[in-house]
Amino acid sequence: MKEILEILEKDARTTPEEIAKMLKKGVGAIKSAIKKYEKEGVIVKYKTVVNRDILKDDVQKVRALIEVRVAPQRGHGFDHIAERIYRFPEVKSCYLLSGSYDLLLVVEGRDIQEVSSFVSERLATIDNVNSTVTHFILKRYKADGDILKRIEKNNRIAISF
Amino acid sequence: MKISRVIENMKPSGIREFFDLVIGMKDVISLGVGEPDFVTPWNICESAIFSLEKGYTSYTSNKGLYELRLAISKHLKNKYALSYNPDHNILITTGVSEAVDLALRAILNRGDKILIPDPSYVSYEPVSEMAGGKTILVKTSETDNFKLTPRLLKKYISKGVKAIILNYPNNPTGVSYSRKELLALSKIFVDNNLIVISDEIYDELTYDFSHTPLATLPGMKQRTIYLNGFSKAFAMTGWRVGYACGPEEIINAMTKIHQYTMLCSPIMGQLGAIEALRGSSGSVLEMKREYKRRREFIVSRLNEIGLYCAMPEGTFYVFPSIKNTGMNSVEFAKSLLYKEKVAVVPGTAFGSQGENHIRIAYASSMDNLKEATERIGHFLKNAH
Repeated sequence: MKEILEILEKDARTTPEEIAKMLKKGVGAIKSAIKKYEKEGVIVKYKTVVNRDILKDDVQKVRALIEVRVAPQRGHGFDHIAERIYRFPEVKSCYLLSGSYDLLLVVEGRDIQEVSSFVSERLATIDNVNSTVTHFILKRYKADGDILKRIEKNNRIAISF
Repeated sequence: MKISRVIENMKPSGIREFFDLVIGMKDVISLGVGEPDFVTPWNICESAIFSLEKGYTSYTSNKGLYELRLAISKHLKNKYALSYNPDHNILITTGVSEAVDLALRAILNRGDKILIPDPSYVSYEPVSEMAGGKTILVKTSETDNFKLTPRLLKKYISKGVKAIILNYPNNPTGVSYSRKELLALSKIFVDNNLIVISDEIYDELTYDFSHTPLATLPGMKQRTIYLNGFSKAFAMTGWRVGYACGPEEIINAMTKIHQYTMLCSPIMGQLGAIEALRGSSGSVLEMKREYKRRREFIVSRLNEIGLYCAMPEGTFYVFPSIKNTGMNSVEFAKSLLYKEKVAVVPGTAFGSQGENHIRIAYASSMDNLKEATERIGHFLKNAH
């Protein structure tokens, strides 16, 4: 039933009826498998991939990648301090990394000032946060496996043997 | 100006007019395309770009790049325990289409009889005739799922039949043969001393059992011309790279023709093909899984909306029956195109036995398949 996930990751709108046909299974079985995945948190939620760069009159939001060095805490390791940080709604993603710094955040704000003040006033002031480095994102080419540029359609001739 | 009698007598494709209609119409969902909807995997494209930057733009040896022949030899050995020597038994061609032509011209004398299943891929009959052969159409039937059976085959074999063209998994029907079925057929091929041109271009797209190359069966390797290529499995149709494997004297004969008519397959395509064999098995499996899901979906939907459709074992084609609509296959295809803007290929494009059937290619996105089956369902409701 793991193939259900593969299908939904490609297109979350695929209905249980369609999945049942694709996998040659009963609709009931598919529905309950999806329910189970949702309950277990395997399926977290269903979202839409949006490329706002195309909306000309849209207010562009600003995103930055932020490297954070922290001091891990006794008994909690990194989890505790990570949670202190990722609970902020401005933090869109949060990863613990190997290498020269510990946490990598994706932070979103209305403009550069907003992101900067989030970093300097909220993030850097947390106990155990030792240092931060901010990289503003200038352009997104590909995100989570999706190329954001409109790729020219593969122009196959409409009919061939 | 007078053109040659052979070409003049060649039957024009009965559905040229229909093809022109499709090509001239806008916003059509086409399920009539005989090639993958995927783009060639990027590692292959990238390696071809790199080769151009390095200046690899020359001819190759007539037989094709040795490195590619070696890669093919290894591939067939690993996958099928089928061993062909890269020096003597393998020829790189400009797609399987060229290989079919070369094989036929290499083996046929004027008037030699050759068996061709009906329905079958469109080039076999005219190319056999151009090579001087006398074609005998083996009329397969829907009750056998359009497969050759020993009984049917025996009916058509007579003195003077020299060769047969086999294609599995099959375009247009999608059916393939199990090892057991092939064994039964191969006994007849051996007993009657037939040469078999075995077009196995869709081998990677076999869903329900493992593909068995004909040449791996007892007594078959010395009489089989094994044809395969990169178009379908690696989504490389436009690259035009195929290959033929077979006994040394046949490969030499084919190379003789090839060196004068084609010289060699384009080097960019050959270099891309090397990369395809080296590092694309992941992409091939991924595409295959996707095709399989689409196959289950389309067969189930077509039966649901009232077109009887068997579950084919391979390719990306299904060949449903339209008999209960009362229309013939060209009428059906035309009417469906006009009324619902969905293009399919009439079964008669592949031979008269294809009457009452249409070929649907499911090498199209799930969104297209959903919408197209919806429209076909609507079409059927209004047709009654």
